[in-house]
Amino acid sequence: MAMADTIRPTAAAVLETRGPARPRNMGQIIRWLILFAGGVLMVMPIAYMISTSLKWPHEVYDVNLIPKEPTLENYTYVLEDGRFYLWFLNSIIIATITTASNLLFDSLVGYTLCKFRFPGRMIVFIAILSTLMIPTEMLVIPWYLMSQSFGWLDSYWGIMFPGLMTAFGTFLMKQFFESVPDDFIEAARIDGLNELQIWWTVAMPLVKPALAALAIFVFLGNWTAFLWPLIVTNSVEMYTIPVGLSGFGDEADVAWELIMTGAAISTIPTLVIFLIFQRFIIRGVVMAGLKG
Amino acid sequence: MADLTLKALSKSYGETKVLHGIDLDVADGEFIVFVGPSGCGKSTTLRMIAGLEEVSGGEISIDGRVVNHLEPKDRDIAMVFQNYAIYPHMSVKKNIAFGLRSSNMSKPDKEARIAEVAGILDMTDLLERKPSQLSGGQRQRVAIGRAMVRDPAVFLFDEPLSNLDAQLRTQMRLEIKKLHQRVGNTIIFVTHDQVEAMTMADRIVIMKDGHIQQIGTPDEVYHRPDTTFVGQFIGAPSMNMLAAELTDGVLKIEGGTEIKLAHEATGKVLLGVRPDDLRAGAEPVLIEGQVMLREPLGPDTLIYLETPAGEVIARASGRHPPQLGDVVSLGADEDCLHLFDATSGVRLP
Repeated sequence: MAMADTIRPTAAAVLETRGPARPRNMGQIIRWLILFAGGVLMVMPIAYMISTSLKWPHEVYDVNLIPKEPTLENYTYVLEDGRFYLWFLNSIIIATITTASNLLFDSLVGYTLCKFRFPGRMIVFIAILSTLMIPTEMLVIPWYLMSQSFGWLDSYWGIMFPGLMTAFGTFLMKQFFESVPDDFIEAARIDGLNELQIWWTVAMPLVKPALAALAIFVFLGNWTAFLWPLIVTNSVEMYTIPVGLSGFGDEADVAWELIMTGAAISTIPTLVIFLIFQRFIIRGVVMAGLKG
Repeated sequence: MADLTLKALSKSYGETKVLHGIDLDVADGEFIVFVGPSGCGKSTTLRMIAGLEEVSGGEISIDGRVVNHLEPKDRDIAMVFQNYAIYPHMSVKKNIAFGLRSSNMSKPDKEARIAEVAGILDMTDLLERKPSQLSGGQRQRVAIGRAMVRDPAVFLFDEPLSNLDAQLRTQMRLEIKKLHQRVGNTIIFVTHDQVEAMTMADRIVIMKDGHIQQIGTPDEVYHRPDTTFVGQFIGAPSMNMLAAELTDGVLKIEGGTEIKLAHEATGKVLLGVRPDDLRAGAEPVLIEGQVMLREPLGPDTLIYLETPAGEVIARASGRHPPQLGDVVSLGADEDCLHLFDATSGVRLP
């Protein structure tokens, strides 16, 4: 056959005919430069945080990134200070419970708003969304008055209650549940599952990427929350890490090296959370690509 | 297995009425196909039977029990969806087992039932796979398996083959028919494809605009359509409709010939003739036209003729079809002629 007789050029021959590699075009170089600059901007604060945590107090205000006399003294000090462990534990408890609560309630409400038709559905949805427009600074006073009247001041419940469910999470989950075909829900209904079982068994596994993203957002948001925990807590024992760290130092001076050390240690759980959940996000993207 | 009855079943969305009181009796073990164009109400009817849509009026009975207000799970039905609706996060086995979740069967019985269904559907080797590792036809078999495993009184199929390619569709069509012969459950199958309807059904329900146009066996709806719509919807290519006038037993075709018919009706009528029944040179001659287009199909060739009455389609020999530009006289046996009222489109008795 003619096709079989055709001699296919070898890879080497193809390379030869192509000649020397073309110089990279300017557009690509500019894109890389912008990406590099963006990367440096992202990494610099973290690098500076770690650098400062390795410096002696007298060197803190030097802008050099590499400490002249690196020391682990700050880590020893912070880790030997019993309060840090307490704040760390407080932050872990608060961020974990709040994250779990958001995953549960945001997805429940999001699912209900997405998959059920009932009078006033849009009004409820818009009412929830409208709370996104109110800045936290405006909410802290009513939150405080509420905490005071319920006796929640200086307690875990007081720190956690405003964030146990969020409008953003509800919106995010509602949008993701839109991508779950109604056929799945109806098939499960015919197979005899009740609505709660359908939500848990059928719908939730299909929105794992959204749940992972929500978990990361909520955990980080609560881990780094400062204003509300500062206002609602009075005793040092109830402080979270950001509030506790801000108290390092005295009225005359702020101990930046200790704050940075505490901050560096406190990034570890956030990295762990990200590493746990990011694979769900990536898998979600891959699954979406394969859907036939 | 069970029989199914629809009595004056209607459905409205607000002011819009989409189903206008339909009546149907389905016998135990019958294979019924609902067919019609988009928006005719066939899927809505199926969803109402399944309990996924509220009933606006009328009654649905399964095995003598009115199920209007029963939850889908309590109706003893199973449904296969157009998009399969098999859960992507579960293996084939779990998908099939899902249908047994609310069953009281013991675990060994469930395992045996799953194995039996997998065997019937030739999926034993696929049980541990995820849906993303299956072809379209295999996914559809999983969806059927999930429906089968519960041995429901009535199977509902909502256009289950429309996402498959032509070859697979033909294969699955055959498989579903064989399956019905084997398990014998009552099946309600919705499709917009008249070939599917003709090849699979014991009886076909042809719907249009929320009304049933005709209920009958494939032979009945093909050879004796009740309306012009049925005549044109069933069969490919469509039935030719020629305007004519019937006076004292003589049919005068507009732009065509006059033929004698043993028919008492008078007035304007539509003469329906299937392209398969029109033959060049046959008696009595109905109309004459020039071949404008040919579609060779192998054994046959479809010829499109320009006639004084408009375009007429006929089926000619595949080996020696008329040439383009030829003038051909077309005739048909008298019992292949269908007369419809020109205004209502209803078949004349």
